[in-house]
Amino acid sequence: MIALSDYLLLAGLMFAIAVAGIFINRKNVIILLMCIELMLLAVNINFVAFSHFLGDTAGQVFVFFILTVAAAEAAIGLAILVILFRGRQTINVDELDLLKG
Amino acid sequence: MGFEKFLFFLFAIITLFSAGMVVTRRNPVHAALYLVLTFVATAALWLLIEAEFLGIVLVLVYVGAVMVLFLFVVMMLDIDVAAMRAQFIRYLPLGLLIVGLMMFNMILVLGPGHFGLEHFAKPAAAALDYSNTEVLGRELYTTYLYQFEIAAVILLVAIVAAIRLTLRRRPETKYLDPSAQVRVRKGPDRLRIVKMPTEPVPAPVSQAAAGGKNGDDQ
Amino acid sequence: MAFLYLLIVLAPLAGAIGAGFFSARLGRVGAHRMTILGVGISCALSLAVLAGFIWGDLKVFNDSIYTWMIADGIRFEIGFLVDRLTALMMATVTFVSFMVHIYTIGYMADDEHNWPQGSLAGKHSYQRFFSYISLFTFSMLMLVMSNNFIQLFFGWEAVGLVSYLLIGFWATRESAVYANLKAFLVNRVGDFGFILGIAAVGMYFNSMNYSEVFAQAPQFADTQVAILGGVSLMTLICILLFIGAMGKSAQVPLHVWLPDSMEGPTPISALIHAATMVTAGIFMVARMSPLYELSTTALSFVLIIGAVTAFFMGLIGLVQNDIKRVVAYSTLSQLGYMVAALGASAYAAGIFHLMTHAFFKALLFLAAGSVIIAMHHDQDIRNMGGLWKKMPITWLTALVGSLALIAFPGFSGFFSKDAIIEAVGHSQVFGAHFAWILLTVGALVTALYSFRMYYLVFHGKPRMDEHTRSHLHETPWVVTGPLIALAIPSIFIGWFTVEPLLVSNWLGDAIHVAHEHDSLHALAEHWHGQMAFIEHGMHGWPFLLAMSGLGLATLIWWFGVKLMPNLDALLQRAGGPLTRILQDKYGFDDFNQRVFAGGGLGLGRLFWNAGDQVLIDGAVVNGSARSVGRLAGQVRWLQSGLLYHYAMAMIVGLVGLLTLYVVF
Repeated sequence: MIALSDYLLLAGLMFAIAVAGIFINRKNVIILLMCIELMLLAVNINFVAFSHFLGDTAGQVFVFFILTVAAAEAAIGLAILVILFRGRQTINVDELDLLKG
Repeated sequence: MGFEKFLFFLFAIITLFSAGMVVTRRNPVHAALYLVLTFVATAALWLLIEAEFLGIVLVLVYVGAVMVLFLFVVMMLDIDVAAMRAQFIRYLPLGLLIVGLMMFNMILVLGPGHFGLEHFAKPAAAALDYSNTEVLGRELYTTYLYQFEIAAVILLVAIVAAIRLTLRRRPETKYLDPSAQVRVRKGPDRLRIVKMPTEPVPAPVSQAAAGGKNGDDQ
Repeated sequence: MAFLYLLIVLAPLAGAIGAGFFSARLGRVGAHRMTILGVGISCALSLAVLAGFIWGDLKVFNDSIYTWMIADGIRFEIGFLVDRLTALMMATVTFVSFMVHIYTIGYMADDEHNWPQGSLAGKHSYQRFFSYISLFTFSMLMLVMSNNFIQLFFGWEAVGLVSYLLIGFWATRESAVYANLKAFLVNRVGDFGFILGIAAVGMYFNSMNYSEVFAQAPQFADTQVAILGGVSLMTLICILLFIGAMGKSAQVPLHVWLPDSMEGPTPISALIHAATMVTAGIFMVARMSPLYELSTTALSFVLIIGAVTAFFMGLIGLVQNDIKRVVAYSTLSQLGYMVAALGASAYAAGIFHLMTHAFFKALLFLAAGSVIIAMHHDQDIRNMGGLWKKMPITWLTALVGSLALIAFPGFSGFFSKDAIIEAVGHSQVFGAHFAWILLTVGALVTALYSFRMYYLVFHGKPRMDEHTRSHLHETPWVVTGPLIALAIPSIFIGWFTVEPLLVSNWLGDAIHVAHEHDSLHALAEHWHGQMAFIEHGMHGWPFLLAMSGLGLATLIWWFGVKLMPNLDALLQRAGGPLTRILQDKYGFDDFNQRVFAGGGLGLGRLFWNAGDQVLIDGAVVNGSARSVGRLAGQVRWLQSGLLYHYAMAMIVGLVGLLTLYVVF
């Protein structure tokens, strides 16, 4: 029988992998965006698992909304990436230091 | 270990493996493709716990739309992959340390000690005529109607924003402005009547005059 | 009655506003007519009120007209307390003021010559002057008619303000501006004490109304205040209030402003700095007699200060050569006599002398002013002499004033001053003996300086230049009229008022004297009419000393100067160091200049250097900027502008917190 803890651990591992991805791929914005998608997916897995084991559909509704927001975020993030590249001919995070005061 | 459990572990291993590949691949195209695999395997895992609608939505929306968007962008941009990977090894130890610490915490909290079957029993399988889609639909269109509409607005805003962000006017592009076309009036815009004095037709008049002159002279 | 009293107060104010704000439209004649009308109404009504108290049976009026505000149970009101003391003051103030108004027409007639060509401040100066003196009359009436401490303070400050404005009336003269600044600053010192005294009254009595405070006062007779190791509350309040009086009435050591105030036009020297404003302190102490009677220490303090002022300021008058300054030091000295009377609990005698002094000192000032007009605004008595032939009215009236001043028997000053010295002789408070000696010898000094001035100005050989001498003539009637009008009371008022004021206790409840302090008691017991009083006075030391002073002055400055025209200068040179001390005015001015002005400047410089430059500019302003800069320099590497640094920081922090929460 699959236990709730199995799903939770799977989600936890996935989240950790995504965090590790952010650390080791810190130069490539596209991979960073992908890592964020992975994180959201890990969270979604938690929601779905809890929804199933607690018998409450609210969890799944939430996943639905998260998917919506994640899609919007991906679209805008990629759009920003595109204009960024257009302006600077690079998406190397090392060179994106306009935030420096 | 039942078949269900086998399927769970199979898809779980595929998920984790492909997630790992996403973060370690040099080539962003490969990474995107592995991300697709992660999503698909996760969708399968969701099917295992009776979240059929979301599993299918994940495949359709994420794999079908978002991931394609990713691929699109990756291929559109000319990325110097080698430079990106230069410091890959350098941050690995720190990343692993953080991840290890995090895993340690997660296992401590999320492990079977707190969330095992003895705490959360496996619910009974749903009846044959149970429709996950219908249940979600009812929830979405009744209890969460406003939130649902807000989500729709968010998507609309995302569309508008994405288009506005990436839109650029190229000066060399030639295009028609339909509203300007429609607004054209007949009078001053299309046709202009210019009043001017009638000019004498040059050749015959001068000849006649010359002839007359000559005639007069003679 | 309230309407009548309000009219008395407001009529001069209306005149002041009219002449002040509509000076251009009214013109000179309109302005002086309007203000004189206002003061005239006020004067007539005040005299009527006084008559009502003397011959009629006018009741004491004590009521508030208007409540300004109520704060913490203390009512701030405008109200009038009109009893016999007030009526006497009102009559004196308005009468002298009325005389001065008329006199001013003559004195200020050619005021344009006192201003630089085309000076803007000199425009309408004539109207402005009338506006000021009317405003002064209003303020002084507010002061004396008040029935509460707040209004008293208002009047107190308002007369101070007008005094300031008038001392610096000729604002283009540097000395005038210096003098009015000095007057203002010195008065601030006094007023500081005064307002502290009022605050102490408000704190303990929880009321500003005289009658309420006086009714409660005996309960607080033994209260101690934990200041300076425990002081009696009454002593504290009385001394603080008296510090205010010291500023306003120019007692040592806050007297330094009064001689300098002679920079102002002579009419106001007569009105403000001789007859009325400077007596505000005397009036205030007399009004507060129920409080002062509860503190023997304060009375003793008042007595000693008064006696010291009376004697030592008179001495300075001996070496002055400016006609107005001689009269100014004489004023200081006479104010000292009044204050000494207060200290001896002879409030009635103090008020009596205040009144007689108001008349004869105003007379002397106006006479001096008349001389100054004739001398084309030369005030140095060394340049005068022999004026009696050319200015008979001024000469005679000045003689009357001088005789009254030195307490010549029969003149008004005699009764009041003799009563004061008598009362101080009977007083039992600490220092009374010392004070009596000073005041008695002071009579000699008074005679000396008064007649030195009188002889040098009116007798001897004329010393002025040819041009001035040829133009010498008696001043117009607007000047001599007030002189005569003031000369009459200077002679007779003492004779008529001595009995009711000192013997039959005419002032009644307005003044409270504790039985054991009653120094006028002996005088009243042995009262056998004015003639007997004069006879008795002629056997006393003060009379003998005054007469010998008069004789000595006649000897030196009449006969002596006739023989040796430069005798006065010779005498001053012969005085040597003594003269120098007197000419330096005991060094009060130098002391103030060095210690207070110099000290203030040094302190300011110290604070500027140490406080402002180093502490505020250096440490706080630039220092904080510098430390922010240093700190920012150190934390600058945190803000690399690289997104992943921020993300990493977030994750590390998140994981750290998570670990902390889960594990521990």
